[in-house]
Amino acid sequence: MIWLASLVALPPFLAAFAGMLFGPSLTRAVRGLPGGGPGVIACVPVGVSTVLSAVVAFVAWRDPEPRTGVLSLVDTGSVPVEVGLQVDGLSAVVALMVCCVALAVQVYSVAYMRGDRRYSSYAAFISLFTSAMLLVVYAGDLLLLYVGWEVMGICSYFLIGHHWEERANSRAAVKAFLVTRLGDAGFLIGVIVLGVGAGTFQITEIVARAGQLPGSTVTAAALLLLAGVAGKSAQFPLHTWLPDAMAGPTPISALIHAATMVAAGVYVIARLNPVFLAAPGALTVLALMAVISMVGAACAALAQDDLKRVLAYSTISQLAVMAAGLAVGAKSAAVFHLLTHGAFKALLFLAAGCVIVTAGSNMLRDYGGLRHGMPITFGAMTVGLAALAGVPPFSGWFSKDSIIEAAQHSALHGGELGGLVHTSFVVKRGEGFVLGTNEPHTLPGGVAWLVYLGLLATVALTAAYAMRMWLMTFFGETRGSYEVRDPSRVMTWTIEALAVPAAILGFFGLGASELRPHLGASLLSVLLVALGAGAAFLVWNRDPALDPARALGPVRPVFARGFFVDELYAAAIVRPVKALARYVVTFDRIGVDAAVVGTGHGARRLAELFRLPQNGNPQTYLTGLLAGVVVIVAGVVIFL
Amino acid sequence: MHLAYPTVVAALLFSVGVYGVLARRNAILVLMSVELMLNAVNLNLVTFDVWYQDELHGGQVLTLFTIVIAAAEIGLGLAIVLLVFRNRKMIDVDRLRTLAEEDGPRPRPAEPESEPESEPEAVDAQ
Repeated sequence: MIWLASLVALPPFLAAFAGMLFGPSLTRAVRGLPGGGPGVIACVPVGVSTVLSAVVAFVAWRDPEPRTGVLSLVDTGSVPVEVGLQVDGLSAVVALMVCCVALAVQVYSVAYMRGDRRYSSYAAFISLFTSAMLLVVYAGDLLLLYVGWEVMGICSYFLIGHHWEERANSRAAVKAFLVTRLGDAGFLIGVIVLGVGAGTFQITEIVARAGQLPGSTVTAAALLLLAGVAGKSAQFPLHTWLPDAMAGPTPISALIHAATMVAAGVYVIARLNPVFLAAPGALTVLALMAVISMVGAACAALAQDDLKRVLAYSTISQLAVMAAGLAVGAKSAAVFHLLTHGAFKALLFLAAGCVIVTAGSNMLRDYGGLRHGMPITFGAMTVGLAALAGVPPFSGWFSKDSIIEAAQHSALHGGELGGLVHTSFVVKRGEGFVLGTNEPHTLPGGVAWLVYLGLLATVALTAAYAMRMWLMTFFGETRGSYEVRDPSRVMTWTIEALAVPAAILGFFGLGASELRPHLGASLLSVLLVALGAGAAFLVWNRDPALDPARALGPVRPVFARGFFVDELYAAAIVRPVKALARYVVTFDRIGVDAAVVGTGHGARRLAELFRLPQNGNPQTYLTGLLAGVVVIVAGVVIFL
Repeated sequence: MHLAYPTVVAALLFSVGVYGVLARRNAILVLMSVELMLNAVNLNLVTFDVWYQDELHGGQVLTLFTIVIAAAEIGLGLAIVLLVFRNRKMIDVDRLRTLAEEDGPRPRPAEPESEPESEPEAVDAQ
């Protein structure tokens, strides 16, 4: 089983290796195959991984007992590092989702990136990205998880900056790298604090001992881990890289937003959930962070002009919904939402890619009336947006509803965390760990209410921006002068295939009691969806040629600029750091450098005196030599 | 014949040679002065060969060696002088100061526009 899990992560890694080292020669060797050489190298290994991960998930479903295996043990002298994997329900399901989305993205990329001269390295980086995410998912050891975590960071840098010829794109890549790096520094320290505190880096052991650790250790570790999670999952205050990461090709956005990078942060919280439950302070911070991110990002999404930026802010908002679910103890609901979000966000991005390819523009104002020309894209996008907004019976409705249900329970019971967590279908061992600590895990009542109200507001806002995007793209008058038709069949097949899970994945949650929708909460959320979508529709209906965001009035630029967080950071952090850097350069030049150079000049000036006889004339030298010989001979003759 | 005559002549010849090497400006004359010194040595060798009445005449043989070596040396020397003249249109030993270190601070290696070690000979050769 463990070997099978390691085999899942291996093919994409080998493909990346092969693609980077032997790209041209391999391409020539497999040129005759359909789809072209690099496409085959990219797609086949991920396909193999998908099959294997499906087998792993099936076995984990039949026999849900977690399995761990140590492939190798690194003795460090203090806390040993086990290179081991862990397969349980959670990791098996998430790995299957990752493989499916990665396969869809790779197949889609073959058509989307046709004619790109760096396609080979692009596909190789996607493969590496996928295998790194699989490593994170299957890792049984925190340091192994951290390895995958870091590899993902560097892959995202290369992929976001794929079109690095334009300065803005390479700046976006650097920004993504630096911002996530900021969080990763905290994450690494958190891993070390947790590992040293628990005496092991093995996740199962850490989770088992989380309750017995001193409260300060757990809280410090959880808060530090939270920094890394905020960076990777793009939560406030480290969310600014994600909207800019839209500079990458659209399939990359699908990969980063649906399956890999941003999902990793939420996955880590779900994996180390007992650690967070043992640290109520960290849980409160997580809840506040989630509320700010989800409402703020949803508001920002409402006013964006760029199709991909709308989706980017919606990702921040949806990830915050998952984080809120984890904060109120609804772990299985949050993981469920992670899966459904993976499906519908991948679908949305790939469908958006079809729209962008057809229209040749990212801007919403260039679209309009596309539903007649591109029926497949229209249908897929409709399914995706319905799932995003939480329209029953699409997948997003089930998963979002179960989180709202848990938040409602928590708010009404004074911050008590949902008893739901103990019986979840993904955390079969939850009981032993969580109940064993015998501590009431609670959020402050006010925070629980805040989470609940934030979730409700987010539901309405999500429906509004999804409606706005849908109407502006597919309805009204055609505003562009391009030929409207569905793009190549490879692309439309991919989005059709992804539309199926996005639509029906929610019904799988009916198998677990805590994921089943309840009448009260679901009625309320449906009402809010109708409210938000209806408001957007009414504003749009007054004049379909205009952007419904005009109804926001004076706050529209604030939302469009993402609450000026970037400007705030520029003023508060970037400029002072740059000034400091300039000061350091000046100090280096006139302080450190000058001392060294001055020493050199001093030595040279001192040497000028002795350098006078060295004038380059050999005759002078010979004269000196002869004079020396004469003096020595005279000395010998006289004194001896 | 007394030993003093040839040795004094040799010493005078050698002194003239030393003076020429140290004081002459023309490179060819410097070479000629070197020849004078060599010939002073040759004269000494022959003189002492006769004085010791050596059976094998080692001094005279060595003189022949010296003459051969001097021929080779003057060939090389004249070739060098010829090349110097072709490069610089003069063979004034006083003005051939390339061996000296350049005056002033060296150009900083961080500045790529100026060569750190610029050889005047190389520049002239171009």
